[in-house]
Amino acid sequence: MSGIKDRVAVIGMGCSKFGERWDSSSSDLIIEAAHEAFQDAGIEGKDVQAAWLGTVGSFRTGQPLAAALKLDYIPITRVENACATATDAFRNACYAVAAGIYDIVLAVGVEKLKDSGFSGLAVAEPAGADVNPPVPPPSQFALAATRYFHEHGISYDDGKMTLAQIASKNHHNGTMSPKAHFQREVSVEQVANAPMVAWPLGLFDCCGVSDGAAAAIITTPEIAKTFRDDYVLVKGLGLSVGAYGIMRNDWDFTHFPETVRASQAAYQEAGVTDPRKEIDMAMVHDCFTITELIIYEDLGFSFKGRASEDVAAGTFTLEGEVPVNTDGGLKCFGHPIGASGIRMIYEVYKQLQGKADARQLKDPTLGLTHNLGGRPGSFTCSVALFGTRD
Amino acid sequence: MTATRLNSLLSQRIARRCNLAGISSYGAYVPRYRLGPESAGWESSNQRSVANFDEDSVSMAVAAGIDCLNGQDRDIIDGLLFATTTPPYAEKQCASIIATALDLRRDIFTADITDVLRAGTTALKSALDSIVAGSAKNVLVIASDSRQGAPKGEAERNSGDGAAAFIISSEDVIAEQAGSHTITENMMDTWRSAGDPFVRSWEDRFAIEEGLERILAEAVSGYLEKEGLAVADVSKLALYSPDARRHVQIARQLGFKAEQVQDPLFGRMGNTGAAFPLMLLAAALEDGSPDQLLLTVSYGDGSDVLGFKTTGHIGKSGHGLGVFGYLDSGKVLDSYETYAKWRDVWLTDSSSRRPQAQSPSVTALWRESEQNIRFHGASCNQCGYLQYPAQRVCVECHAMDDSTSVRLSDKPGTIFTYSLDYLAGTVDSPLAIVVVDFEPGGRTLCMMTDREVDEVKIGLQVEMSFRKLRVVNGIHNYYWKAIPRRQSK
Repeated sequence: MSGIKDRVAVIGMGCSKFGERWDSSSSDLIIEAAHEAFQDAGIEGKDVQAAWLGTVGSFRTGQPLAAALKLDYIPITRVENACATATDAFRNACYAVAAGIYDIVLAVGVEKLKDSGFSGLAVAEPAGADVNPPVPPPSQFALAATRYFHEHGISYDDGKMTLAQIASKNHHNGTMSPKAHFQREVSVEQVANAPMVAWPLGLFDCCGVSDGAAAAIITTPEIAKTFRDDYVLVKGLGLSVGAYGIMRNDWDFTHFPETVRASQAAYQEAGVTDPRKEIDMAMVHDCFTITELIIYEDLGFSFKGRASEDVAAGTFTLEGEVPVNTDGGLKCFGHPIGASGIRMIYEVYKQLQGKADARQLKDPTLGLTHNLGGRPGSFTCSVALFGTRD
Repeated sequence: MTATRLNSLLSQRIARRCNLAGISSYGAYVPRYRLGPESAGWESSNQRSVANFDEDSVSMAVAAGIDCLNGQDRDIIDGLLFATTTPPYAEKQCASIIATALDLRRDIFTADITDVLRAGTTALKSALDSIVAGSAKNVLVIASDSRQGAPKGEAERNSGDGAAAFIISSEDVIAEQAGSHTITENMMDTWRSAGDPFVRSWEDRFAIEEGLERILAEAVSGYLEKEGLAVADVSKLALYSPDARRHVQIARQLGFKAEQVQDPLFGRMGNTGAAFPLMLLAAALEDGSPDQLLLTVSYGDGSDVLGFKTTGHIGKSGHGLGVFGYLDSGKVLDSYETYAKWRDVWLTDSSSRRPQAQSPSVTALWRESEQNIRFHGASCNQCGYLQYPAQRVCVECHAMDDSTSVRLSDKPGTIFTYSLDYLAGTVDSPLAIVVVDFEPGGRTLCMMTDREVDEVKIGLQVEMSFRKLRVVNGIHNYYWKAIPRRQSK
């Protein structure tokens, strides 16, 4: 197994404005993201040889991508894999290039969530016996929060304060992201005192439900050199899917084995041995504040049960040791499910190129993206690593 | 009639009497919640039991059945008779749902006995007859009702929700059958047409005088005459009545002294319809001692009178919580409004904010009956790991198709973690979503019901309760939820 490290490069990326895009269709969002990516790479639609479309609920096939961009009878595959949908579309596109099948491919993620008429997610489940409890996403992670506080002896007030610091940090970062859904500061007190959604998680512990799309142009490093100097290299791609659900009595609910496995796979490909030291920035799946807290531990940034201490020390702020969710994260940038993974890659790409404006970090060379979705105990998780060229 | 023919008839009768029939076990169920003087807007000094929003006659029947089967080998049951006036289906048997939830054998006879308040005693009598006839050894009889009166009306004030269950058997009976008498009279005093939400009744004075009083007098005196007994021979009278005042009045008119009359629980529970005389019989058994004559009297298009003589086994048969155990573990609702929301009398907006529920797949319901209705998990034959639902490939050792079914519905559990969801769109917001670890092993993620919000904690001891999740496409979809363990104070 040779792995993906340095075998594919990103030469262009685009990202639509995220938010309540009442006036835009899914196709409009695709066009907005894809055309920015085409311009960034300096290519046209006709240069794309194959494409992957990630979406959970907006489209059922790859055809709408062809229809929106008028791609000319090329192969297009629609990918759906929970919250890792966009990253998995990107991953499949990378493998096709690495396999030598295509030279230039397109990966797009899109989601139109705000046409449903509901404030939360309204994704239809396939018909079944319909006896499983409704576990809306806030509750999926509230189950983890309740147990995390209990197991680590954290009081409700202290736990809420730690979670509030995470939300407040992401809101601060969001103020510097012109394309983010929410762009205003929110204080720790506002977060901690917000109305309850799923005990112990309140309104501001939850990420935005948004419309949006993001796109990436992928090619080989050799071809990338002919397009631009500051292309970005893929260093590692990990994907892990849980099998045991909650059927095992020994799963503690305070860590997500899928994140641990996916990150280990990506670290191994990239040759990362000390993630906290080697990784300069991480875009992680902060669908809820508790998720981000647990991810710090699962990715190896914090010791188990002690992520709160790192939060208190400011480890994950823009100025910290490992800045996390520099563009505001799912919390503020928004979470159109099938688009989020590529939106994260967009931020890493811009940071590595030094084009992140007010939120630009100092010379980052290795960045991480992470997505986690599904149900507790049977998540799908993707971890991807990106680096600058030597 | 010739002497020979008379002798032959007598010997037949003696032979029949040799097939003894009686009650070998009993149980009951009263929902956790009550409307009472403390409930704002209830406007009555009475307390009555109230089924939760996810309870109905079928779910309460399962609870009473579990209470009655407590510790029993469930394979001994040869038949199940379910009596109610409030079956969820007009066409589709309920007894089969209950039998499956109770994890009874497949080769049993089942029937719903419905449409009349007398249904409970009719079911008891049918079960006794089948034991006497020798067609079955043990028959489970469950009566359960959740009748609805119009909001703030008399029927609503005096009604209650509950269920009783009995095993009718020929062996080890705690109370032996002691004759019966039935009057059938077509009587339009209380009725509910198909599709009517509420019980209707004719003028009170007519219904009581020409209905209840006259017919019960005829039935009880008929029974005593037939059995050669006097009123004074009766130890306890488990008597149906629509309300407390009539109960006292009728018992007195029939000639019973106050101490002979089983407390009808009107201040605590209310008239539980077809289940009512059976619940009072169960209460009499709970308080009973050997050699008592207990009389159960029902009413509705006539009357059934059933006599039982308690035996030396009474008190030996361990039952579950019983009527009093359940009555003592109740909780009074803060307001009538909560009850009104549960009964759909008060329409709420919460459901309109979620996508419309889709019909469950009947095929999937059928395929998953073992895990969803019987609530079976499986223990791996290779490594012993207990898992819910049963897996074809073991979650521990990955052995394939090698496990043994394990009933989990009667296994105690504890809460491992939980969420209280304020947006899940449930009647009893916030929805408690809990992860339950069963005592022998196995884990499930399920809803919790009958809970006070501040009760939900990691480590709380829970048990499983069969509940109605929702009705979509006319399909009443039942499944198991966790409840705080019901223990009397």
